[in-house]
Amino acid sequence: MSEKAEKYLINGEKGKWEVVIGLEVHAQVTSNSKLFSGSSTKFGAEPNTQVSLIDSAFPGMLPVINEYCIQQAIKTGLGLNAKINPYSVFDRKNYFYADLPQGYQISQYKNPIVGEGEITLDLPNGSKKIGIERLHLEQDAGKSIHDLDPSSTFVDLNRSGVALMEIVSKPDLRSPDEVNAYVKKLRSIMRYLGTCDGNMQEGSLRADVNVSVRKEGDAKLGTRCEIKNVNSIKFMQMAIIYEAKRQVELLESGKSIDQETRLFDTKKNETRSMRSKEDAHDYRYFPDPDLLPLNLDKKLIEKIKKDLPELPDEKKERFIKEYSLTPYEANVLVSEKEISNYFEEVIKTSDKKLAKNWIMGDLFASLNEKNISISESPVTAKKMAQLIDSISSGVISGRTAKEVFEIMKETGEDPKKIIESKGLQQKSDPKELEGIIDKILSDNKDKVDQYKSGKDKLFGFFVGQVMKVSGGKANPQLVNDILKKKLK
Amino acid sequence: MSELTKKSLTEIANLIKKKEIKSEELTQSFIKNIQKDKKLNSFITKCSELALKKAKDFDKKQKLDNLLPGIPIAVKDLFCTSGTKTTAGSKMLENFIPNYESTITNNLWNEGAFLLGKLNCDEYAMGSSNETSYFGNVMNPIAENTVPGGSSGGSASALAADLTPTTIGTDTGGSIRQPASFTGIVGLKPTYGLCSRWGIVAFASSLDQAGPMTKTVEDCALMLEAMAGFDEKDSTSINKKKENYSKNLTDKIKGLKIGIPKEYRVEGMPKEIDKLWENGKKILKDSGAEIVDISLPNTKYALPAYYIVAPAEASSNLARYDGVKYGFRSSKGNNLTEMYENTRSEGFGDEVKRRILIGTYVLSSGYYDAYYLKAQKVRQLIKNDFDQAFKKVDTILTPSTPSSAFKIGEKKDDPISMYLNDIFTVPVNLAGIPAISIPAGHDSNKFPLGLQLIGKPLDEQKLLNIAFAAEKKINFKQTLNRWWEK
Repeated sequence: MSEKAEKYLINGEKGKWEVVIGLEVHAQVTSNSKLFSGSSTKFGAEPNTQVSLIDSAFPGMLPVINEYCIQQAIKTGLGLNAKINPYSVFDRKNYFYADLPQGYQISQYKNPIVGEGEITLDLPNGSKKIGIERLHLEQDAGKSIHDLDPSSTFVDLNRSGVALMEIVSKPDLRSPDEVNAYVKKLRSIMRYLGTCDGNMQEGSLRADVNVSVRKEGDAKLGTRCEIKNVNSIKFMQMAIIYEAKRQVELLESGKSIDQETRLFDTKKNETRSMRSKEDAHDYRYFPDPDLLPLNLDKKLIEKIKKDLPELPDEKKERFIKEYSLTPYEANVLVSEKEISNYFEEVIKTSDKKLAKNWIMGDLFASLNEKNISISESPVTAKKMAQLIDSISSGVISGRTAKEVFEIMKETGEDPKKIIESKGLQQKSDPKELEGIIDKILSDNKDKVDQYKSGKDKLFGFFVGQVMKVSGGKANPQLVNDILKKKLK
Repeated sequence: MSELTKKSLTEIANLIKKKEIKSEELTQSFIKNIQKDKKLNSFITKCSELALKKAKDFDKKQKLDNLLPGIPIAVKDLFCTSGTKTTAGSKMLENFIPNYESTITNNLWNEGAFLLGKLNCDEYAMGSSNETSYFGNVMNPIAENTVPGGSSGGSASALAADLTPTTIGTDTGGSIRQPASFTGIVGLKPTYGLCSRWGIVAFASSLDQAGPMTKTVEDCALMLEAMAGFDEKDSTSINKKKENYSKNLTDKIKGLKIGIPKEYRVEGMPKEIDKLWENGKKILKDSGAEIVDISLPNTKYALPAYYIVAPAEASSNLARYDGVKYGFRSSKGNNLTEMYENTRSEGFGDEVKRRILIGTYVLSSGYYDAYYLKAQKVRQLIKNDFDQAFKKVDTILTPSTPSSAFKIGEKKDDPISMYLNDIFTVPVNLAGIPAISIPAGHDSNKFPLGLQLIGKPLDEQKLLNIAFAAEKKINFKQTLNRWWEK
């Protein structure tokens, strides 16, 4: 497949346009307490029940950095193959909003904790490296609730002060599919590391999407628009498709793009201007005098590096080598930590090839069908291993196994029990099978003659008859062997 | 008036320790004085009943091995006190009652002291004359219609007038030392990070530092000992061992080198202050110290740099007073922006607004490099000046202020002349080093004048020792006719 054929381009009236995308992903740091206070970060609590005096900016309150969040950021930086900056600074980003109690957000501006890095995406036409510009730590704001009362806005400060990592990519993404792969890869890395749960429904992962377009082959980047706070991959893709089209239409009609901040309206499937460059906030960034610059100990970085878990890319290589998987199969099986754990647990005792096929086939289909994750699957790795073992040891045929799996995925029942209670064991007793076969052969003498005179295709007919008589339980391998011998 | 209230904190503490007086009696004496505070206006909140109750509690089960046993203390109304109104001298916090206690006041209470009241100050500690307080200006007990200095003006006035045996203030650019000098008391600004900032209404975070204001140097050592200490709740707090400043206090300063910076001889400085400075040199020399001429070449840039850095931080620190969560909220306005505008327009006074404007301006995009960044560079230069000087000398001696206390209203409409009051005190805050002001004489109006000793970081003990030696020789006498009681 050639590169060109895969390229995502927009066909305008006056030519083909390339879409250039960069993401600023806001990932909530997995941590029991907030970035600068001891308040809980648990999701779903009653409004304003997880708020300390610091989070609500009472007079005289001071932030104290949560060391664990620092370690989580370092870990993530290492997972993104990025440079960890031994010196970084927390700055104040000043603006007024009702859900921003301090009147400023503590963030990192000129000196982020993590510098440049890159991650590799596996795309249908090969792999592609996406550059990471930086990762910095910052506080989340609270939440303004506008729809509870016609004339008042309510403020919930539970999220106020929760630690976020802002991960800024280089403008290396070129299509909605690449964005999908990028966000999934980022999410996968962070979930492997345990630094962000990646739960988009709970707002643990959101992104600002920067989109620009340029004529195919142009080297210069076009003027970009930033689409704020998009909270699902699907919406990111929809927003990009809409926004790129809007920009192409503007440019083709001779107009120019205004650099601005836009909002994606998920109901109308369109982006809308939020504020222009002229109206952009002047955030008056300056180093937060309440916090000393962060000087990281080299030993700490080394220790975290040493203790890093196996990440998706390494695991993929290992799977290919150790389990003779194709790159595609390995990719699928490492895409989520839970899937790879499941796979490795099954193959501890059971056949690798069968395991791979069953997991990527029937199991994934059942998960999709029920819209659940692998860790919620009623068919646990242990039960899957039992099912596979029943096939390998000849207790049931592959076909019967599918029948058993259908029951397992609904009830989560033990495969052995299902096989026993339904009497699904294969007939593997040669004497019993010989008896059945002899009877079939003597009942169908004409067909035996035809077969012997060269009509090979009739072999299948005899197998079918045996299966029919045995209720599908005859061991197919044995049936083959006996039939071949008898029909000689 | 009870003679008891005239005594030093150390004397009072000893009387209690020796069980010669009871805390209740002591507290009653101060409450009696406080009742005549009306003209001074040094108190915003009086905690008489609460203090008496605490005094009685103390007397019931005396715990005498603390530093401040049974001592009532009124504090600057910038320290958050749990259950007691904390206003920062602003309408914005007129009715604000914190449910938490600042680390510093908590440290005092842990040493046996209790709250006597909350003292007037410039609004959010922004001012040099205590004329910016929403609760009215404070008068200096030395003379009617005279300012006590600021921003810890209420603290200085109340202490000088014997309304509290000791007090604490905060010093961002001279707010302890300048009023101390104006009222004839001792005031110390410790090394930045020695006293926790947790629970103190913030003005300029990188400069703010709490410190003691006392009648004697000995008291000052005692109070600093009670206040200082590492606080994990303040990220800029210095983690070091506690020191016994009062126990180690000595007037033996033989052989110490005292620097005299030529840049502090400013044009137009009254002769009397020059004389005071000369006298200070002589006294220290007589005590065995060596006088060394030094140079702090970047001194002239300190004031402009300070009036960029401090407002910049203030503009951000005061953003939280928006009417949303606590404090004053204007009833006018039809949307969020209008509510903000009206709340902050009505809730803040002119000086606070002026500094928020300056601070917002110097941090704005396009001006940041020219102002804020440059001011930070100047700050480094000033710090370097002191570092260089301290290679040659142990301490630096300067006047505390370029003038004595002035009349109320005299400089109110001239911010520049008001800001110039801090010319000798500001460099110390920019460098984060300690300095003490001690009363050293009077001018021709019989107004007190102070001398300032500046020390190396964390060298408070040496500062206190030199001040102690000087104090003995100066033998300053406070002469008050107690006009405000009449």
